[in-house]
Amino acid sequence: MKIVTICGAGIGSSGILKVNAERVLQRLGLTATVVAADIASVGRVAADAQVILTSAEFVEAIGPTRADVVVIENYFDTGELSTKLEAAIG
Amino acid sequence: MSLPALADRAIVLRARAHDWRAAVRLAGDALVESGCTTAEYTEAMIRMVDDHGPYIVIAPGLALAHARPGSDVRCDGLSVVTLAEPVEFGHAHNDPVRVVIGLAGVAPDAHLEAVAQLANAFNNADAIPALAEATTRDEVRAILTGGAPA
Repeated sequence: MKIVTICGAGIGSSGILKVNAERVLQRLGLTATVVAADIASVGRVAADAQVILTSAEFVEAIGPTRADVVVIENYFDTGELSTKLEAAIG
Repeated sequence: MSLPALADRAIVLRARAHDWRAAVRLAGDALVESGCTTAEYTEAMIRMVDDHGPYIVIAPGLALAHARPGSDVRCDGLSVVTLAEPVEFGHAHNDPVRVVIGLAGVAPDAHLEAVAQLANAFNNADAIPALAEATTRDEVRAILTGGAPA
């Protein structure tokens, strides 16, 4: 499974999401590759992703995708991340 | 890069900003003051929000101001600005902002270690309000390293 975290620069906030997503996956006992990327490269990086984690601001720019686009409000709330990731991965 | 030791110049407490641009600029100025970035990086951080919206407000009360690595970054750096009066960034859930973190990295990958340490500190939900209320730079350093105030 591949999860992509998206922000404007591909560092910083998407990095926070990547780190916390990896922590949550480990707690859930799930294995996935998590990649942080910038919005400009989402088409290429997320082409084979199952889940895209991002902020509401980027949903429109991400555009049509086969991946589940999951909007995270509090990047440090691993509870929110856990609930939403579990729902997306199903 | 691990979380750089925060120099006094990189920490600004109880600052006043009349809007989000001024708040981000304070975090940028602190990075410039600590020798890690040029003024162009500050403008790049502001441009990220102009281009993409207030997504840098990644948690209630906290903005993580940053831009891409580039020639305007001289060294890996972090700055912390707390605001005397909270500032609206226009975020749907996480406004108003009381703490602005400025982040600069020479290389994209190097960011992740510093970012992981930031996540360690802020996964504690008390960290943002504690930072906002901090009255000394040592308190700020202690909160960011997850330790007790010195």
